[in-house]
Amino acid sequence: MKTILYIIQKEFLQIFRDRMMLPIIFVIPIFQLLILAHAATFEIKYVDLGIIDLDQSLASRALVRKFEASPFFRVKARSFSLDKLSEEMQNSRVEQILYIPANFNNELENKHPVKIQLITDAVDGAAAGIMNTYALSIVKDFNRNLLIQSKTLPLNIKSIETRTSYWYNPDLDYKTFMIPGILVLLVSIIGLFLSGLNIVKEKEIGTIEQLNVTPIKKHHFIIGKLTPFWFIAMFDLFFGLVLAKFVFHIPIVGSIGLIIFVASIYLVLVLGIGLFISTLADTQQQAMFIAWFFVVIFILLSGLFMPVENMPDWAQVINIINPIAYFIDFMRMVMLKGARFADVSYHIISITIYAILSISLATWRYKKVV
Amino acid sequence: MAENKSNSKAVIVKDLVKKFGSFVANDHLNFEVDKGEIFGFLGANGAGKTTAIKILCGLSHPTSGEVNVAGYDIYKQRDLIKKNIGYMSQKFSLYDDLSIAENIRFYGGIYGLSRKKIKEKTAEYIEKLGLQAYTKSMVKELPLGFKQKLAFSVAIVHDPPIVFLDEPTGGVDPITRRQFWELIYKEAAKGKTIFVTTHYMDEAEYCDRVSIMVDGRIEALDKPAILKETYNAESMEEVFIQLARG
Repeated sequence: MKTILYIIQKEFLQIFRDRMMLPIIFVIPIFQLLILAHAATFEIKYVDLGIIDLDQSLASRALVRKFEASPFFRVKARSFSLDKLSEEMQNSRVEQILYIPANFNNELENKHPVKIQLITDAVDGAAAGIMNTYALSIVKDFNRNLLIQSKTLPLNIKSIETRTSYWYNPDLDYKTFMIPGILVLLVSIIGLFLSGLNIVKEKEIGTIEQLNVTPIKKHHFIIGKLTPFWFIAMFDLFFGLVLAKFVFHIPIVGSIGLIIFVASIYLVLVLGIGLFISTLADTQQQAMFIAWFFVVIFILLSGLFMPVENMPDWAQVINIINPIAYFIDFMRMVMLKGARFADVSYHIISITIYAILSISLATWRYKKVV
Repeated sequence: MAENKSNSKAVIVKDLVKKFGSFVANDHLNFEVDKGEIFGFLGANGAGKTTAIKILCGLSHPTSGEVNVAGYDIYKQRDLIKKNIGYMSQKFSLYDDLSIAENIRFYGGIYGLSRKKIKEKTAEYIEKLGLQAYTKSMVKELPLGFKQKLAFSVAIVHDPPIVFLDEPTGGVDPITRRQFWELIYKEAAKGKTIFVTTHYMDEAEYCDRVSIMVDGRIEALDKPAILKETYNAESMEEVFIQLARG
């Protein structure tokens, strides 16, 4: 027990003596929250639109005006040549082209079905879908007005009106969705990288060998080494929660105690992976690469940026072993929905099992004698 | 009991073999080291010295053979061996970003020394090594010679009966090397067994007995004077060159 305290004392001395450490502990959370929370958004503020109106009629202008009036569309270019606007799209100056054919007005007056064309830059498929929805809703609206004006149909068909209410995030604020996930990202990166690199550093400078000739017990060494990083990551989580609440005004509906409790288990899991990585790597560079490999895959699959439900089945299967996914989901449920222990018991059990697995695997892999 | 058998021996090695794949690093080594002896373990680069010393210190598993250190069996009593040996490697074992006192406190603490004992040791080492000017500085600011002497002192902070030194004097000037050997002599005079590997043949002359390893085998083992006689050589350097050339 005393041995552990000596190791912890030494680690804290070294950590706070490292000039990079304090910026890492304090600046990274602030930057991650500030930048990612604001920048990593899928909201589409507006669509840059190119218009080809070959008809130049009353009806076609009415349709164009509807687009111009919409806050979602900025008319960036007008032309009579599809080629010219195609080029604009090629250069990413317009994202969508509305093409109104020459006979638009005539056909409408003759009550013929009439076609207009929407061309969307679909390099980003998700964004293209949203742009299309915006545009179609305007066209639909235009259509309905036509029907009303022409009064050709008896308008007794009461259309179904949908009234939407958005629960848990009433303003559809992207920050509210992102910040719980970013907090998870933060503690995961801090825990994984600091612990992994720290032990590998001792390998590099050769002190690990000196420690291995001492009668130090393996579990004493591991506890002593990981405890400081557990505290640092816990501190960072707490710091991040304070920032989230008071700077970003993210509602924290659920229990802080529950968050801290599960985070404390989750960190054992993360530190276990860090230790495991340190047993695989001989240099800090190698450790860095391995850690990035895990982190990038786990983060992309975790549902931080896109909903897990939209992923193909095989990716969802991988997520069963993705600890970051569990903790992000847990954080969103507790922070935003106020989930209680019973609601997230599945998450807690999974995280606990993985924590036990990761720390045992790492301890087993860590060898004093080679 | 293994302990009784080896009462006067600090190290007993019988038929020690260490293989890395098909490469034989240690090929049936047999030797014994007496208690209180300064035992020089010589050999060219890649002869297998470090491999052997790592096995003796419990850092590496032997492929086969019997090894007994400080009266304990390397297979069954590894933890007891570790309590009874000190080890200083060619790489630095001190933490550059800790002060002298913090380094001593850390290693002393790991060996289970009391706070009082750690304080005593710290004061003793600073005094003995003339480190008064450096008590406030980090170890990285120490000159190489001081670092080496401090590393040696820290390696024996728990007063082990046997000390293993793996090329302890690499890269330091002759005066510091001389001072370093004075430290070694002082510890040997207290009854400690010193097991040392080196490249410097003048250092070999300081040893009570030396062994010379060539390609994983011990080719010669005796007092320096007898070895010089046997190989009809002026110095240990000549002996070494004759043996290493094959």
